[in-house]
Amino acid sequence: MLTFVALSGAVQMGLILSLLALGIFIAYRILGVPDLTVEGSYAMGASVSAILTVAGQPFLGLVLSIVAGVAAGLCTAFLQTKMRVQPILAGILVMMAAFSVNSHIMGRRPNIPLLREDTLFTLLGDRLDNIQAARFVIPIAVVVIVSVGLGIFFYTRLGLAVRATGDNEEMCRASSINTTKTKMMGLALGNAIAALSGGLIAQYQGFADLHMGRGMVLTALASLIIGEAIFGRRMILWNIGAVIAGAVIYRIIIAWALSTRINQTNLQIITAVFVAVAVSFPAIKEHFMLFKLKRAAKLKRQEAQRDA
Amino acid sequence: MLRFENVSKTFHAGTPNERIALDDVNLFLPKGDFVTIVGGNGAGKTTLMNAVSGVFLADSGRIVLDEQDITFLPEYKRARHIGRLFQDPMKGSAPNMTILENLTLAYRQAEGLRFRIGIGKALTQFFREKLAQLDLGLENRLKTKMGLLSGGQRQAVTLMMATLSTPKLLMLDEHTAALDPATADKVLRLTQEIIQRDQITTLMVTHDIPSALALGNRTIMLQNGKVVLDITGEERRALTVEKLIAMFTTGVQQPQ
Repeated sequence: MLTFVALSGAVQMGLILSLLALGIFIAYRILGVPDLTVEGSYAMGASVSAILTVAGQPFLGLVLSIVAGVAAGLCTAFLQTKMRVQPILAGILVMMAAFSVNSHIMGRRPNIPLLREDTLFTLLGDRLDNIQAARFVIPIAVVVIVSVGLGIFFYTRLGLAVRATGDNEEMCRASSINTTKTKMMGLALGNAIAALSGGLIAQYQGFADLHMGRGMVLTALASLIIGEAIFGRRMILWNIGAVIAGAVIYRIIIAWALSTRINQTNLQIITAVFVAVAVSFPAIKEHFMLFKLKRAAKLKRQEAQRDA
Repeated sequence: MLRFENVSKTFHAGTPNERIALDDVNLFLPKGDFVTIVGGNGAGKTTLMNAVSGVFLADSGRIVLDEQDITFLPEYKRARHIGRLFQDPMKGSAPNMTILENLTLAYRQAEGLRFRIGIGKALTQFFREKLAQLDLGLENRLKTKMGLLSGGQRQAVTLMMATLSTPKLLMLDEHTAALDPATADKVLRLTQEIIQRDQITTLMVTHDIPSALALGNRTIMLQNGKVVLDITGEERRALTVEKLIAMFTTGVQQPQ
């Protein structure tokens, strides 16, 4: 069974990773483009945050990880808009490039341990004299700030324009919205939040790893889908809340799976199958309904023949 | 207000599919002109509209809107001054955003209000009053997603979005062609009301010959990328629907 320590750890991780899920949400749901860059910017945020934590500047590390995310997002947006590279390819290209960049940021080491460094979590933990409290306070504070910020942004002129770009691009061009600008804005924002997530994770778990971005798009997507499946899609603030809740629930499920005998290497395939089924659920439902409809019609026909 | 100076546009130049869509077009619309444009398929009506709105750039010539040369201005910058409605009602608004959000977006784009946060009570009330004028009962459905409205309702709201702050030029590309006759009539009446009230310079493409002659103060006909007929006033009043339809089939005598 799930211990209390494991459960609170899952909630903390879930809150931090909900930022990554929000990054995916902005690209995938608001802007309507699948953006794979986030795997790169997540790891980039972590590496920037880690080296600055080693240098004794954990807070600056978070700030600069956001900057790194913005830069990665702008690269992808530039390829997508000005260079007309297909969105998926643009994301993959920048993700690839980010891998090398991250390696350089980390001084060509595969990982940076932070266990003996002062991170934001240990610093606040010392001040509160309670490390567990700090591990809750920081993620909650960041998640609240980010979601309130997003809630405000998406009702400003620029925010509405970003949403409209994902909803109906043709309309945007006819109503004086510069879609190059709005796509740049959206992708920069999404990747900034994803990088912030990586930056927090590095300090939270006490290390940054070159490969930590791998597969993160999928887990973020799983969080997004869990949130939408449970809470539905309504107004933008509701959807943001659903994504955050989905990320926390996803981490709890993972923590539970880890506490059982399920082999950890199977987690990836379980997640992949789960996302595949969840995404194709409407199609499966439709097939099933069609099957039922056909069978009902067939039965009726047979009945009519028997009567005749 | 709007001036075409020797504007030409050829598609697929240098290939067997070469098509001259606009052939040295000269046209001047004074402020407040309401021009209906007729012509067969492929005559260049839509090309003319697209050249003004900047969907593509003209091959040669100059387009001037309100003394500003817009020949090389990108589409989104021209849209600041140009309201556009398309035949497809789905094209003019964002389906997953509410009526209120769509209107706010259009309003803020046009007014250039950058740093407003949220949608205030005053603005909501303003839109509610505007929607009440449409007489479609939409004033109580501000939080409804645009995609749930019927084609006619969507087109009416799109018309409102395009004219919330009066554009220098309004361009209607068969904007009622996809609507049922009763709805088309209503949207057309609304269009006329708004254009008259705000004195908007308007270009309207239509295949409906009676309304081409009934609406506006001037009618032009395009054929093979040229303006072959341009009539106003007495001459236009004298033109009957039958005569205009006859011109479609027999062609117009090219002016020397």
